[in-house]
Amino acid sequence: MRRAAPLLALVLAVATPAQAHLMNSGFGPFYDGLAHPLISPEDLLPAVAMTLLAGLGGARPGRFVLATLPIAWLAGMAVGWAIGLPAAPAWLTAIATALLGALVASDLRLPLAVVTALAAALGALHGYDNGHDLAATTGALVAIAGIACSLFAIVSLLGGQVAVLQAQWARLAVRISGSWIAAIGLLMLGWSVRS
Amino acid sequence: MKSGAMKLRSAAIVLPWLLLWPAGASAHVSGDQAGGFISGLAHPISGLDHILAMVSVGLWGAQLGPPAIWLLPVTFPMVMAFGGMLGLMGVPLPGTEIGIALSAIGLGAMVASEARPPLWVAAALVAFFAIFHGHAHGTELPPDESGVLYSIGFVVATGLLHLTGIGIGLIHRWKAGEVTLRLGGAGVAIAGCVFLWSALT
Repeated sequence: MRRAAPLLALVLAVATPAQAHLMNSGFGPFYDGLAHPLISPEDLLPAVAMTLLAGLGGARPGRFVLATLPIAWLAGMAVGWAIGLPAAPAWLTAIATALLGALVASDLRLPLAVVTALAAALGALHGYDNGHDLAATTGALVAIAGIACSLFAIVSLLGGQVAVLQAQWARLAVRISGSWIAAIGLLMLGWSVRS
Repeated sequence: MKSGAMKLRSAAIVLPWLLLWPAGASAHVSGDQAGGFISGLAHPISGLDHILAMVSVGLWGAQLGPPAIWLLPVTFPMVMAFGGMLGLMGVPLPGTEIGIALSAIGLGAMVASEARPPLWVAAALVAFFAIFHGHAHGTELPPDESGVLYSIGFVVATGLLHLTGIGIGLIHRWKAGEVTLRLGGAGVAIAGCVFLWSALT
């Protein structure tokens, strides 16, 4: 057992850096990337809010966001991975989450160009952040492809479900989810300023 | 010799287990992060003053009917999060405990009297009280939690308390339920007076 103690320390020390950002699914970087948006609330929440916003607008904004968000995220990741600039500040991503959640809650009928531009901006911002974090890992480009595929799946599945909602109560449930995301974004903003 | 073989064998058993274990731990969230979610979830239900005020928001919304039934519970978490943000940022807010006690009295009185002010007045009243609740939570937050998961738990718990209030408020459709709701509101207001007394003394 005495030999196990240094072994334990070694294994723990080796395991910690892997936890730093990208999860370790055990199936290689593509699957790590696929899983990343699903288990990273700071990325998932704004992406979900963006999808809800697009879905509330109907099929047409939904399709535009489905095309824009993953591609902008992909481009942002490529830039963040290639260029060694500092990471996006936490307060900025928190504000993006709060803003998108509030737009869902308010159910404003935004013009198509504005919704698409929001998706492009969100994808570029969060993609850049992901790419920046991935720069230090091996297989980063494969992981980037996984993250983009995962976002495409999230937007298409969730956005499609929301776009066909007709019932008043169902649309209200979506708007209430938006208000919760906005509230979480505001609290994250507070956390980012405090720490 | 025997003990040497034993050590080797124990190491052979321990090694694969150790190699598997960190992967398992990193597969999802670490203990701290899960703790952040749970403590966020637990925080709004840790004090009776918060519970009563948030359930009352749902009760009042149910009495008023649409659109207040959903506007009030949407307003409260957003403004409360804003108050929480101010608390986290260290912006001082005087008389937080008094404000929370007054919120129980005010919201309880609204439910007890089945007050029907214009919608914006109701929303503004709820928002005003929400700032005190949020600020109290924001300044009480433990420093080493996972911020985002704590926030999720916190908002979900608050929202569920409103939904509980709305669920109870559905008895409003029956005559006896209407009376029960108003008595419940009076109870909340009386509890608020007790909170106010303990905040002032």
